[in-house]
Amino acid sequence: MDNTKETMSNIEKTLSDAEETPSDDLSIVNPKTPLSALAHPHKDYSYAFLDEFAKREIRRRILKAIAIPGYQVPYASREMPMARGWGTGGLQVTLSLVGPGDIVKVIDQGDDDSVNAANLRRFIARMAGVKTTANPLEATLIQSRHRIPEERLREGQALILQVPVPEPLRHIEPSMAKTREMHADADYALMWLVLYEQLVRYGEFVTGASYPVIVNERYLMSPSPIPRWDTPMLHQAAHLTILSAGREKRLYAVPPYTDVHPLEFDDVYFQVESQADRVCRLTGARQKFMNEIPQPDGGSLFSLSDTGYAGKLLKRLQDQDVVIGETYYDENGGFYHAGYLKS
Amino acid sequence: MPAISNPDQLVLDEPQLISRQPLLLARGMVKHYGAVTAVAGVDVTVYPGEVLGIVGESGSGKSSLLRLLNLEEEPDEGEYYLNIPGYASANLLKVDRFHRRELRINHIGIVYQYPHLGLRMRYTSSGNVAERLIMAGERTFSVMRQAASELLSASEFPLERMDDLPCHLSGGMQQRVQLAKAMALKPQLLLLDEPTSGLDVSVQALVLDTLKRLQRLTHVTIIIVSHDLGVIRTLADRVMVMRRGHVIETGLSDQVLEDPQEAYTQQLVHAKL
Ligand SMILES: Nc1ncnc2c1ncn2[C@@H]1O[C@H](COP(=O)(O)OP(=O)(O)O)[C@@H](O)[C@H]1O
Ligand SMILES: [Mg+2]
Repeated sequence: MDNTKETMSNIEKTLSDAEETPSDDLSIVNPKTPLSALAHPHKDYSYAFLDEFAKREIRRRILKAIAIPGYQVPYASREMPMARGWGTGGLQVTLSLVGPGDIVKVIDQGDDDSVNAANLRRFIARMAGVKTTANPLEATLIQSRHRIPEERLREGQALILQVPVPEPLRHIEPSMAKTREMHADADYALMWLVLYEQLVRYGEFVTGASYPVIVNERYLMSPSPIPRWDTPMLHQAAHLTILSAGREKRLYAVPPYTDVHPLEFDDVYFQVESQADRVCRLTGARQKFMNEIPQPDGGSLFSLSDTGYAGKLLKRLQDQDVVIGETYYDENGGFYHAGYLKS
Repeated sequence: MPAISNPDQLVLDEPQLISRQPLLLARGMVKHYGAVTAVAGVDVTVYPGEVLGIVGESGSGKSSLLRLLNLEEEPDEGEYYLNIPGYASANLLKVDRFHRRELRINHIGIVYQYPHLGLRMRYTSSGNVAERLIMAGERTFSVMRQAASELLSASEFPLERMDDLPCHLSGGMQQRVQLAKAMALKPQLLLLDEPTSGLDVSVQALVLDTLKRLQRLTHVTIIIVSHDLGVIRTLADRVMVMRRGHVIETGLSDQVLEDPQEAYTQQLVHAKL
């Protein structure tokens, strides 16, 4: 982030320019005043790329989403300088929330350094002049695709998840008009039927990512394609989660300390992916979400999916000073809300 | 009932059809589809435990009437009452969508002539039945399995095929799945729209047997629509004859089918014989 400082000073300059806008007392406007004198002075970009109206609109949508947990709020979804489907939904939320004092972390599949994450992070830093980090404890805004950090987030932090398909009923009911009616009636029988069918055909729930959850005992919600391992992290979380789909133009939220329950039967329970017997080849960590690395001999090695967490563990192995937060799952795979995951 | 010691003291029950409140009362039902008047002012009364047959040629409005009674479509005119706790004095055509759905889930079952209207073809047969229980709030998998297999066997469906998809089943079996599904929540009213019309004759007889047995066991009130007088004769206590959206004759099945009054009904009966 060499040029971050430079960007900062550019932005400050732009902002102070803006303050020198001539008086907006309309009584002194005479018909001969050239149009340019009435307009705002030219700027290449607004702070954080989106213009103020766009940001205000998204913030209002976010407030509505927070007020109705799990409800999908339509929003305008502006054109961004990257293709829809690459995190533009999350990006718009991040850009409308970010301020110069924020510290931003961006991850893709748990990885801070994948191309997509690096791109988004650089763009956000350049447009908002913010500091970036890989440390989830330090970050105020965390934009993520497909993962939630292993270390527990806390009050005041916002997790922004990129969502490809916001409608949890999409794959079972193609009509949007119907799915809206189903949400209005809280009629989720069809989703339960899908789970019944999975048990009949496969003997277990086979939905991997995007496991459907009920938020605040009301709305069925797709938690974006996070693995089942991450799904419980949304329950009674201290942080705010905002989920946003740029292509589908919908955003929704899980406010802090809100109930989130995966669908499960009274006698067949939701299960997270078992990480037992998986040991991170770099850090020796256990009972965290692992990436599988297939080996030529047919076996597999594993490494931590959360690279920020892995980096900290490595530092500690090298006896460096590092603060590692409490994690959602302990070394035995126990979840921090005891009794939430049944077995 | 106390044991009868002296046969002279035997008091017979009053004829029940007269004394009881009707379960279903529909008045002046009218339904237009564009220029076509499918149902042209039909009254229907059905008593608890009764089987009412509706006959009439194709296009006479039988299925349209059944859709109205199933609260599937709204009529252009009419009143509709079911003597069900909580709804006894409510014109069901005026209740909101939420309660209409509740009524259709808990109190009305339907079997369609075409299985694809009544079944989810890409879900297992047992799942089709279980869905009704889910709708009523059941969340225990083992209970759903148990109930689905009991309901399917009550419809004389071969249990080894309960987890097959309906699209892989024969027509007769599909109708049995529809029947199990319709009966899953023990509805007060069972609507049957030509339940055996798509089946060959021997299978038709078997499904009719099942229907008869089920009615004897559960005393569910049935409205069965058919253009086949044989089906009506086997099942129905009373029959309504429809033509061009009107009811032209109504009475006890034996009476109407043995001694039809209207010329049209006479034609219908003779065509059959
Ligand atoms: N959805 C519909 N749209 C237009 N016309 C319809 C519709 N349903 C039924 N009709 C017409 O209403 C009349 C009665 O049809 P229907 O109730 O299916 O008769 P039946 O079941 O006695 O054969 C027919 O003329 C039919 O073409
Ligand atoms: Mg018909």
